[in-house]
Amino acid sequence: MARQPEGPPPPPTVQKLRLRYAKRGPLRFASHRDLARALERALRRAQVPMAFSAGFSPHPKISYVGAAPTGAASEAEYVEIGLAERRDPEAVRAALDASLPPGVDVLECVEAAEGGGSLADRIDAARWRVELPGVEPEELAAAVAAFLASDVVTVAKRTKNGLKDVDAREPVASAASAGTAGCAILTMVVRQVTPAVRPDDVLAALAAVADLRPPSPPRAVREAQGRLDDSGIVADPLGPDRAARTRCQGEHAAV
Amino acid sequence: MTGTTRHASGETLYPRLEPLLAQVQKPIQYVGGELNAQVKAWDDVAVHWALMYPDAYEVGLPNQGLMILYEVLNERPDALAERTYAVWPDLAGLMREQGVPQFTVDAHRAVGDFDLLGVSFATELGYTNLLEALDLARIPLHALDRDESHPVVVAGGHAAFNPEPIADFVDCAVLGDGEQAVGDITDVVAAWKEQGRPGGRVELLARLARVDGVYVPRFYAVGYGPDGAITAVTRTRDDVPARVGKRTVMDLDEWPYPKTPLVPLAESVHERMSVEIFRGCTRGCRFCQAGMITRPVRERTITGIGSMVDQGLRATGYEEVGLLSLSSADHSEIGQLAKELADRYEGTNTGLSLPSTRVDAFNVTLANELSRNGRRSGLTFAPEGGSERIRRVINKTVSKDDLVRTVTTAYANGWRQVKLYFMCGLPTETDEDVLEIAELAVEVIRAGREASGSKDVRCTVSIGGFVPKPHTPFQWAGQASAETIDHRLRVLRQAINADRRIGRSIGLRYHDGKPGVVEGLLSRGDRRVGRVIERVWREGGRFDGWSEHFSYERWTAAAAEELSAFGVDLDWFTTRERTQDEVLPWDHLDSGLDKEWLWDDWQEALSEEEVADCRWTPCYDCGVCPTNGTEIQIGPTGRSLLPLTVVGR
Ligand code: B12
Ligand code: SF4
Repeated sequence: MARQPEGPPPPPTVQKLRLRYAKRGPLRFASHRDLARALERALRRAQVPMAFSAGFSPHPKISYVGAAPTGAASEAEYVEIGLAERRDPEAVRAALDASLPPGVDVLECVEAAEGGGSLADRIDAARWRVELPGVEPEELAAAVAAFLASDVVTVAKRTKNGLKDVDAREPVASAASAGTAGCAILTMVVRQVTPAVRPDDVLAALAAVADLRPPSPPRAVREAQGRLDDSGIVADPLGPDRAARTRCQGEHAAV
Repeated sequence: MTGTTRHASGETLYPRLEPLLAQVQKPIQYVGGELNAQVKAWDDVAVHWALMYPDAYEVGLPNQGLMILYEVLNERPDALAERTYAVWPDLAGLMREQGVPQFTVDAHRAVGDFDLLGVSFATELGYTNLLEALDLARIPLHALDRDESHPVVVAGGHAAFNPEPIADFVDCAVLGDGEQAVGDITDVVAAWKEQGRPGGRVELLARLARVDGVYVPRFYAVGYGPDGAITAVTRTRDDVPARVGKRTVMDLDEWPYPKTPLVPLAESVHERMSVEIFRGCTRGCRFCQAGMITRPVRERTITGIGSMVDQGLRATGYEEVGLLSLSSADHSEIGQLAKELADRYEGTNTGLSLPSTRVDAFNVTLANELSRNGRRSGLTFAPEGGSERIRRVINKTVSKDDLVRTVTTAYANGWRQVKLYFMCGLPTETDEDVLEIAELAVEVIRAGREASGSKDVRCTVSIGGFVPKPHTPFQWAGQASAETIDHRLRVLRQAINADRRIGRSIGLRYHDGKPGVVEGLLSRGDRRVGRVIERVWREGGRFDGWSEHFSYERWTAAAAEELSAFGVDLDWFTTRERTQDEVLPWDHLDSGLDKEWLWDDWQEALSEEEVADCRWTPCYDCGVCPTNGTEIQIGPTGRSLLPLTVVGR
């Protein structure tokens, strides 16, 4: 039998909170590991009563949902935390936000609805906005058109097991170009696939189909994540939790 | 680049830096924005300090010394301080290509815009990184080539007690504690600027040279004799001190810094918060420069420590607190401190730790107490010398039996992993002294298996070459050659592996002898060594503390070429034993230690005599207290820690 640490088992999770946070400005260069460490420390600083896993090195109950790559900014990163005591979600949001460095900003915090399913199940696509300094909007528009007109655009992607060919076209549900002179802006909705197709891969595809080669590194922002509906809109993954809360507050009010 | 006029605008370089960051490894280390970082408006203050740790961000960020100065300076309404670290070659290459100069991580301002560049040297292996940073900052490498528009380059930290090898590259060096010194320097610079910079850079430096603890190398001339040795170091103006003394902060409770330690987003080498529980050490270990140059002992009180731990945890969210000092178990209130801190943080997943300790059964009890809230993983002891004889030479006496007993106690108390630190190449050492380490480790494992009733006990022997340092009794010693070190490490490894059944429970971690030789050259070098450093840097030398960047061949070739004109060589600086009458390059820099006392202690080392600790026996006149007007400050205070409402409960 495995050895057990002395003392009582850790208290159970009594409340699950779901957070949306942003990584902005220079902190877009933070990696997932960097953010995870910062979040754990912020939870301690903010004195959030976390639930812990059992065992010799107890871990706070935190589950992350697909992090944006290092170098990409995001307005829509999601995480779920388990608390050992109930807290007001808005108070947790404010305390956490104050405990994180500026640039990692906690935007929303809602209580997970009972039986509402996992957060990960509510995310299958992301909306991206990519600024391309030094690229003219017309150039980009032409490249996007060529890309959308293709059935398959194979690009080489660096993975853990070396270079791998992936199709960057198929997961792109929509793509459009905009921007001003000297800085084109690409917006697109990309479905989650394995291995993941990220803005870099789509840009590699634009280089492949239209020889679009930005003179300086593009800046990507993940604007939203969620389920892609038939109309091409990425739905808010916290929507169902929020709806459940309003409903039950309404019921309480009626009593 | 545009024009030649320089204006210190303090403008951000970030827009130009950002595209480069997308192309380098671990860009997060260059963006700043750490928790508790500060950015002040450039034009609101008179004096601008850039503070540098000349190593990678992950090593430099946790440095306490720099964190303290950063806070102390930023608390002043008339000053601001920002931080800068060594940039890795990938970014340095892009910066040169794109004309982006060395920048601070806080507001990404050009280091060249600042009034002062303060560089902290805990180790001499950062010297090439200093040159790289100066070059990237477009500050002339040589202090004499700088004009009023360039920052004043100030070295500090332990290595600044012999800054002669970098004398050509720095404008001044600060000896000792920096908390008050940086304030005095700021006052001088502010007044000089306010007055319209009278007398230019030379006048500013002359004023700085009159600040207690500040050494300005250009005002001192070094003479050499036909044998290559120094004949004298003389001042060239009579308004600067003939010998420069060190700074000592008394009453540490008045200086509770860092109050809000920096917490990086990037991973660092030291993922915990540290609270310095005392400064200085009078144990008298003869190899230890830190112990010699930081005398006397000044303790923080138990309540002072308690509030720093509490405030620091609240400010950072760290899970572990290291109780830092040169010999933490010696704090007069350590037992009570350990117990009361453990009580206070019981059930909060807050770990408490001590750095390596002397070998002492009491230290096991202490470690038990501190680990009450966490797991008993590893315990570290530092006997430093392999045999009882060599431990008398270095004045770190502990008998073999006591050593085995202490380690066995640790295993019996549930610790599974014990790490033992040793040095090799100590004065008078023979192969036999080092081979005793193997015997010791074997005995420790045998006794440990018996005491714990388990085969699952491990002992790691960590060993490195000894480098003689200035201002220690061993400053006259001949350093062991790289060959000697490597030979002793080889026989030690064979001895440990001789009995496989026990040997597999013993780990051996060691550094080969070559980097130690270069460290030796830089530690006890004089101004002539500056040419070697510059050549090594010109040929690509950087990050010498990192084995993947360090090139021994580059150093030996540069030393041979640059030193031969002076009739000296690498061995002259390293393996050569000095005589009593030799003028040492740092003799005009006064740590307070009486040179005669040091020499006597060196002779006593050779005859294997011990010296006691002046905290518990009468003063033995090392010279420090009377020279500096300081005194030992220790408890116990009789106070105790009150329970708190704590973080993370
Ligand atoms: C924590 C620690 C570490 C940590 C963190 C290092 C870090 N980045 O800070 C780790 C584990 C990573 C580490 C690594 C090493 N360490 Co260490 N470390 C220490 C320890 C225990 C505490 C250092 C500390 O915080 N001191 C307290 C601060 C406040 O003091 P300070 O930095 O000296 O700063 C004061 C003054 O010097 C001055 N000052 C400093 N800089 C400047 C700059 C300016 C401009 C001015 C004006 C003043 C100034 O003002 C400050 C406030 O008064 C010391 C022992 C000790 N207690 O000092 C050893 C010590 C510094 N380390 C030592 C060594 C040898 C090393 C390593 C080389 C070990 C190795 N072989 O790898 C590496 C080097 C890493 C590197 N490249 O820097 C030696 C230095 C040897 C020497 N000079 O004789 C020490 C003294 C231990 C010893 N007794 O041998 N170390
Ligand atoms: S002068 Fe005396 S009391 Fe002070 S550190 Fe030296 S030996 Fe100790």
